[in-house]
Amino acid sequence: MSDNHGHHESHAHDSHGQHDEHHHEESFVSKYIFSMDHKTISRQFLITAVIMAFLAMMMSFLFRLQLAWPGEKFAIINFLLGDKWGKDGILDPGMYMALVTIHGTVMVFMVLTGGLSGTFSNLLIPYQIGARDMASGFLNMLSYWFFFLSSVIMLAAFFIETGPASGGWTVYPPLSALPQAMDGSKLGMTFWLVSMSLFIVSSLLGGLNYIVTVLNLRTKGMSMTRLPLTIWAFFVTAILGVLSFPVLLSAALLLIFDRSFGTSFYLSDIYIGGQALEQTGGSPILYEHLFWFLGHPEVYIIILPALGLTSEIISVNSRKPIFGYRAMIGSIMAIGFLSFIVWGHHMYMTGMNPFLGSVFVFTTLLIAIPSAVKAFNYITTLWKGNIRYTPAMLFAIGLVSTFISGGLTGIILADSALDINVHDTYFVVAHFHIVMGVSAILGMCAGVYHWFPKMFLRHMNKKLGYIHFWGTFISAYGVFFPMHFLGLAGVPRRYYSNSAFPMFDNLVDINVFITSFAILAALVQIVFLFNFFYSMFRGPKSEQNPWGANTLEWTTPMAHTHGNWPGALPTVHRWPYDYSKPGKDQDFVPQTVPLAEGEIDGGGH
Amino acid sequence: MIKFLVYIAIILTALAIGYLVRVFELASSLKGNKPEEVTEKDNKLQAKLMLLFMFILLAFTFWNLVEYAPKMLPVSASEHGVEIDWLFNFNMIIIYFVFAITQIFLFFFAFKYYGRKGRVATFIAHDNKLEMIWTVIPAIVLAVLIIFGLQSWNKITSDANPNSMIVELYAKQFDWTARYAGADNKLGKANYRLITATNDLGMDSTSAEGMDDIVVKNEIHIPVGKEIEFKFRSRDVIHSAYFPHFRAQMNCVPGMTTMFHFTPTITTADMRKDPFVVKQMAEINDLRQEKAKKEGRTEKAVEFDYILLCNKICGNSHYNMQMTVVVDTEADYKKWLEGKPAFYAKAPAAETKPTAVAEIK
Repeated sequence: MSDNHGHHESHAHDSHGQHDEHHHEESFVSKYIFSMDHKTISRQFLITAVIMAFLAMMMSFLFRLQLAWPGEKFAIINFLLGDKWGKDGILDPGMYMALVTIHGTVMVFMVLTGGLSGTFSNLLIPYQIGARDMASGFLNMLSYWFFFLSSVIMLAAFFIETGPASGGWTVYPPLSALPQAMDGSKLGMTFWLVSMSLFIVSSLLGGLNYIVTVLNLRTKGMSMTRLPLTIWAFFVTAILGVLSFPVLLSAALLLIFDRSFGTSFYLSDIYIGGQALEQTGGSPILYEHLFWFLGHPEVYIIILPALGLTSEIISVNSRKPIFGYRAMIGSIMAIGFLSFIVWGHHMYMTGMNPFLGSVFVFTTLLIAIPSAVKAFNYITTLWKGNIRYTPAMLFAIGLVSTFISGGLTGIILADSALDINVHDTYFVVAHFHIVMGVSAILGMCAGVYHWFPKMFLRHMNKKLGYIHFWGTFISAYGVFFPMHFLGLAGVPRRYYSNSAFPMFDNLVDINVFITSFAILAALVQIVFLFNFFYSMFRGPKSEQNPWGANTLEWTTPMAHTHGNWPGALPTVHRWPYDYSKPGKDQDFVPQTVPLAEGEIDGGGH
Repeated sequence: MIKFLVYIAIILTALAIGYLVRVFELASSLKGNKPEEVTEKDNKLQAKLMLLFMFILLAFTFWNLVEYAPKMLPVSASEHGVEIDWLFNFNMIIIYFVFAITQIFLFFFAFKYYGRKGRVATFIAHDNKLEMIWTVIPAIVLAVLIIFGLQSWNKITSDANPNSMIVELYAKQFDWTARYAGADNKLGKANYRLITATNDLGMDSTSAEGMDDIVVKNEIHIPVGKEIEFKFRSRDVIHSAYFPHFRAQMNCVPGMTTMFHFTPTITTADMRKDPFVVKQMAEINDLRQEKAKKEGRTEKAVEFDYILLCNKICGNSHYNMQMTVVVDTEADYKKWLEGKPAFYAKAPAAETKPTAVAEIK
């Protein structure tokens, strides 16, 4: 990578004492592959996530073709899946299920959990709190390599005879526990479980590191109430992950036992493949509880970092302090806390006690309040601003729009009485794709455009960025808004085809509409891919602080050096949002600038 | 060979685009521009696009509501479903209102406050009064929604009327079987170990309550105006019994029995005469004819039917696990039921021997 040409020279001139041991020349392997530097690890996460996102998008493209034109022949399906799963260009029903499952798993875990947190927590936590690196560089490196291994295993399942897991990304047993139930529950499911277990290890290693780093390595003057909202978001996200991922690991372990060792944690009274199974006394509902105990915090693990990035980007580019900084921190913490007591809203229809359902209705609707506060604060930050439209800013505003649209339909799904008729229909698919899928992707893109100059020391192409934004944003609404109506017409999700009965025949045009926008979205992502890789090597060189931002990462030199700052660590004197503060000669005041006499910190003036 | 050519084409296209961008960038830097810098012109253009998008978004969502209305489910055919529909519309009106207001504010501010040289943003960090307002108002609105929602939920999930008719729905990969409780309105015992080729449900022939049970496939009939209590069981994996027209749903979970009760209010015959349904079916039939014509086959016209779908992923044929539900008048229902013999009337009790318990692999 060309941005590192000056790397070891700057090492040699490294003036701070504690890094003398690094004077030896680093090999390619220790610099780029098994690196323990947070900046390199962050780039590793990002590039892996971009590739995984692209593959997961290709999967959705294939099953969207099937949904819009069921039974029609597409050369590309045969081209990509071969005769076994795409005979004559028609998608095999088992493969359809597998694509849906792996698309969901990869997007939720590899891209929006590992990719999003891994990239930006790693990049920004040390940079923005003024630390030389993560608390443990070694664990950080392990975190990436577990993630990488997990991604490889997840994809490798496409190359085994019975195909990948195909019971939906939630892999409910008994379907996922019984190899007799479908091909996807054979070896592919084992791959899924191994991959997820490794992923959980990666996520825990990363999360613990983030928490410890934020708590212990803040530079002088960087109190918790001077942290940028990005760091608050990553911090709470990491806590959610550390508390909830072990529960998923336990769910996965019990499932491994049920699958391979004849236990009956989730299995009871089953007759399948002409045989009555011996297992009795277990309950699949137990799995659902364990899964969603992770699963619901998980959606906040996805969206909080995206919201954190957005807070920073909206403030910087509006040239205005983020509105209600303390309310934002309060909202993040409230969302984090409440996210642990709402999981039951995924289970209203499982036969769970209806009274328990009522409790979850209450807690779930409570979580709408801090979410609303956040949305209002973003909108008010724009008010009377002086908005600079970088591609990052466009994506950040896009996130606010989709976060509102998707959040609002959540009110319907949270209401158990209304959930009866829309549970597991396309209404749900539309809701969660808009509120956490699209929003988080838009937030991630915003982050990539905004911090690209920090990561690769170059700018991405602005015009291609504009095209990427509008194409993505328009097609996101084009794809997911009409999907609500499929749900309201009663179409269940995860149906290979809606033509098995006449009831849904009048919905074909909606599906064609959706797929057309999905294809547009896919094409626009090619523009992004190109821009991303091209700019990495050939984009125009960036200045040190291209956006006029206050946070500490922009005070680091324009080369990636070990320890981030060549001399002493910076000292922080103020909160990070002094934009357009009256009485200052420029419209930003970096956190390292001491308070003037009589100046009040934190928004007063 | 074709694959190889496709790869080559993709690589060449990428290279071509790469050089094209390079040329543009060089040309622009020759003119002395910084291509990455956001100019006031950019801000103005993007701001206008934001405003334009606001109108498009509002128009598009509204168009969706109008255009797709005739494709939605017809009026609810169950008592509680009418309440659910009312509640849904009530929620939807509030949601759409909030959606429109917030999006208008968002995109309008994005438009109005685009960056101009010489302008300075106003330094406003917070406003306690405003923040209080937008915390309290959503809280009140949500409280109202919760109260309405939970009232309906409690009513719908309360215990079934003791006089309700009991019907068991039994799910397996990939079909449904129904069992009527017979004259005693009690279902006989069943055990998964008793399942054989002829005893699909694992009915226990020693259970007296089961002697008059009637087993039905493919199509169930229920009488209008009578509360039906459905009991759900599953043989293999989790399924979900979803009756979209009755706004009813419940998962079928192996190892346990789940329940849902509702009262059908419109017979199939009456629903077929509903003007909304007539129009919807006309469209469906037109589309089917058109498709058949294209494929060179003939297609009989279909009629409206209530349907039971599987709504929990259950395997490769999940998408095709259906049962027709017919709502009859009381008289028609009785006539239909008379034609159905009890399970043990046609298959005398001879299958109590448990099947071999499988080894777990």
